[in-house]
Amino acid sequence: MTSPLQQKLKISGSSVVTANRLADGAVVYRTAEGTWTTDIDSAAVVSSAEAATSLLTAAKADGVQAVDVYVAPVKLKDGRILPANLREAIRLRGPTIELPITFGI
Amino acid sequence: MYLYDDFDRTLLAERVAEFRGQVGRRLTGELNEDEFKSLRLMNGVYLQLHAYMLRIAIPYGTLASDQMRKLAHVARRYDRGYGHFTTRQNIQFNWIKLAELPDAMADLADSRLHGMQTSGNCVRNITTDQWAGVAPDEIEDPRIWAELLRQHLTLHPEFSFLPRKFKIAVSAASHDRAALAIHDLSVRLYRNGAGEVGFEVGVGGGLGRTPFLTKIIKPFLAKRDLLSYVEAVLRLYNQYGRRDNIYKARIKILVHELGAEKFGREVDAEWQSIKDGALALDPAVIAEIAARFRYPDYERLEDSPPALAAARKADARFATWVDNAVSNHKMPGYAIVTLSLKPVGKPPGDCMADQMDAIADIADRHSFSEIRVGHEQNLVLPHVRQGDLPEVFRALDAIGVATPNVGLVSDIIACPGLDYCSLANARAIPVAQEISKRFRDLDVARGLGRLHINISGCINACGHHHVGHIGILGVEKNGEEFYQITIGGRADEKAQLGTLIGPAVPYDDVPDVVEDIAQAYLELRQQSDELFIDTIERVGVEPFKERVYATR
Repeated sequence: MTSPLQQKLKISGSSVVTANRLADGAVVYRTAEGTWTTDIDSAAVVSSAEAATSLLTAAKADGVQAVDVYVAPVKLKDGRILPANLREAIRLRGPTIELPITFGI
Repeated sequence: MYLYDDFDRTLLAERVAEFRGQVGRRLTGELNEDEFKSLRLMNGVYLQLHAYMLRIAIPYGTLASDQMRKLAHVARRYDRGYGHFTTRQNIQFNWIKLAELPDAMADLADSRLHGMQTSGNCVRNITTDQWAGVAPDEIEDPRIWAELLRQHLTLHPEFSFLPRKFKIAVSAASHDRAALAIHDLSVRLYRNGAGEVGFEVGVGGGLGRTPFLTKIIKPFLAKRDLLSYVEAVLRLYNQYGRRDNIYKARIKILVHELGAEKFGREVDAEWQSIKDGALALDPAVIAEIAARFRYPDYERLEDSPPALAAARKADARFATWVDNAVSNHKMPGYAIVTLSLKPVGKPPGDCMADQMDAIADIADRHSFSEIRVGHEQNLVLPHVRQGDLPEVFRALDAIGVATPNVGLVSDIIACPGLDYCSLANARAIPVAQEISKRFRDLDVARGLGRLHINISGCINACGHHHVGHIGILGVEKNGEEFYQITIGGRADEKAQLGTLIGPAVPYDDVPDVVEDIAQAYLELRQQSDELFIDTIERVGVEPFKERVYATR
């Protein structure tokens, strides 16, 4: 699979810029204020390649807070920002499986 | 167990200190990600979907109980209380924080553990038979040769930047439990017609998007020549392997394009120039390595003690478990015990910190403090007194690692898939969970006999789907997960790649498809002891294909 990091920028709808936080790898989203947040609803949403490129360029320039920066598709519904594919849903919400904490002895 | 010396301890301490400095410089921005990425990968640190992942090498799958406890400590202190054993006999932690990694690595180094060469374009962890040293069907302990190769190829300056990763497996048994044929380099120890023990060397195996099985380029290699010959293979690969295209960079492509015969001749030419030099093995060196493998002080015991027969009679669950998970040992009165990390409905290969600690305790009491990791993502206690089996069963059962499904349909090999992996394009773990739930009735599973299912969440094939009796490959089509099904693959001494049976099926259909294939097998087999894989060999894939797609 071609990683989203290697894909050419193509925008076919609403998108956000996402990355992993450097210190712990947590999934983060770029805000309109030029900061990073773990709350997708606080992410800056863009809908054109030009706006996405601008947001992405600024985000990539910050090479210390976050890494592996790329543009991800989202859906807007009832004022919420939702991931538009399974990969992004898993990045936002975590594994779809029950984590093995219930193995306990 | 192999006893590490001061050289190993110093190496690990220096490596941790070096990595601590690199992480510090990365966190302050002194190093950028491009500069840092290759440094972290050299220490087994990946960035996955949700977090960093640390992969720790378990050379030839052998763990001491104190090392298992240290893995439990790392799981609790730095991760989320569990780890994942992999098809390379390694363990991965999925939720490590970069800032805490140097401390985790320092703790691991105290117990002789590290992540070096578990990533990157170098020689990866060398794997072998998880029953090495105790298997009745082996001619000698293959780990001595794996250790020799490990020492020679750890931080080898010439081979630290190969065209692509390089995986070696070593085995010395008549039955291949190490999946030799899917490795870049396979080393099989055997006795030839003249009674000499040496190596059969194969190259160019590997799965991924272009799967190949190894081709034998050296039918018999004397022991003294192992290092020089492997060096010659790596030199050829290093020089001629493709660096312009990541999809064609593995040695399997070079061997395929050049032809195994020509590749073998080129290796021979290179080898002739070095075989009698510094790499020719002095028997004293081998003896020194062999001497550092300490074997248990076995008692003189008889096979099948009366207490075992009585316990079998008294407890049907125990008898079922013995039949499934206990295997013959080379020493009378001892047994090899496989611990299933495949409880029904749980992620294959995952192990909780509490389980790790308990397994370490059980190993101390009953297995001379030794544990093995198998490429099937199960664990092994290699030296259990047969008379101890009832107590061992109770202890393992209490911590959930005594499901009697070893080698059965629910003993599934699965990669982490899209639930964790940044390369995946479909999930693997939930598919495995659903299949194991579908076959939760162990009478049904036993009725099917030996049946290996392998699941990969992308074409990189970490779940070895090409060599599963039933192989399942996740693909993504228009945002939906679909799964291609192959059958007839196997990774043993009769290794072969599976055959695709038809169009990919949706996520929800996979358990039904597996059930259809299983049902077709039950109807097609000639007698109850004809294995699934043998039925496919006899009748081909067509009857299975017809069954699966008749209603789809």
